[in-house]
Amino acid sequence: MTVTVLLFASYADTLGKTQLELDLKSGATVGEVLGHVRAMPGADHLPPEPLVAVNERYARRDQVLTAGDEVAIIPPVAGG
Amino acid sequence: MRSTLTDRPIDTAALVAEVARGANGATLLFIGTVRDVNDDRPVTGIEYSAYRAMAEREMGEIVREAGEKFGTADIVVEHRLGELTIGDASVAIAVAHARRGGAYDASRYIIEQLKKRVPIWKLEHYVDGTREWVGAGGQRVEEPVR
Repeated sequence: MTVTVLLFASYADTLGKTQLELDLKSGATVGEVLGHVRAMPGADHLPPEPLVAVNERYARRDQVLTAGDEVAIIPPVAGG
Repeated sequence: MRSTLTDRPIDTAALVAEVARGANGATLLFIGTVRDVNDDRPVTGIEYSAYRAMAEREMGEIVREAGEKFGTADIVVEHRLGELTIGDASVAIAVAHARRGGAYDASRYIIEQLKKRVPIWKLEHYVDGTREWVGAGGQRVEEPVR
């Protein structure tokens, strides 16, 4: 199954892209997506436990994904 | 109740007018503005960006929570995106309530939750020409050289 990964702000800069598609086995979790992202060049700038959202809602590492999910890796927020 | 992201200057007077109702005895307007200094470094401006769909969803949720917790439906929140300069309003929260206590509580709740939960980021521009992403708690991430 394919999921879309979104990167923003400082994470998009360090990883050099704002979006990527990942092909995963069914039953894959948020944690596995993070594993793939960590293997990318520049990923050593990511904190150990970045915030993640699935389909616009904050999600835990063990959340199981389904095909077409949008997984966003959220840098420390700084609104206001 | 309404909340939105906007690419244009926030009309704060319009927000106050929008929450006005005869039943309200207290109206509060909070305006967050771009400061000219951060951590002793002179700032010339800030570029705001967001995960737009999620930011709007999360802002809507916060406004609903505040309405329920503090007992008013007269709340409007706007957050600006794009290039802002010193003194520009980055966020405005208008709350009207029958009583002042509820208005203060709701306004404070909204800004604190917004800063914690809404996926918005700022790239600060400094007088010396450098730019850095501002993280939560003043933590900074050096922008890589392009």
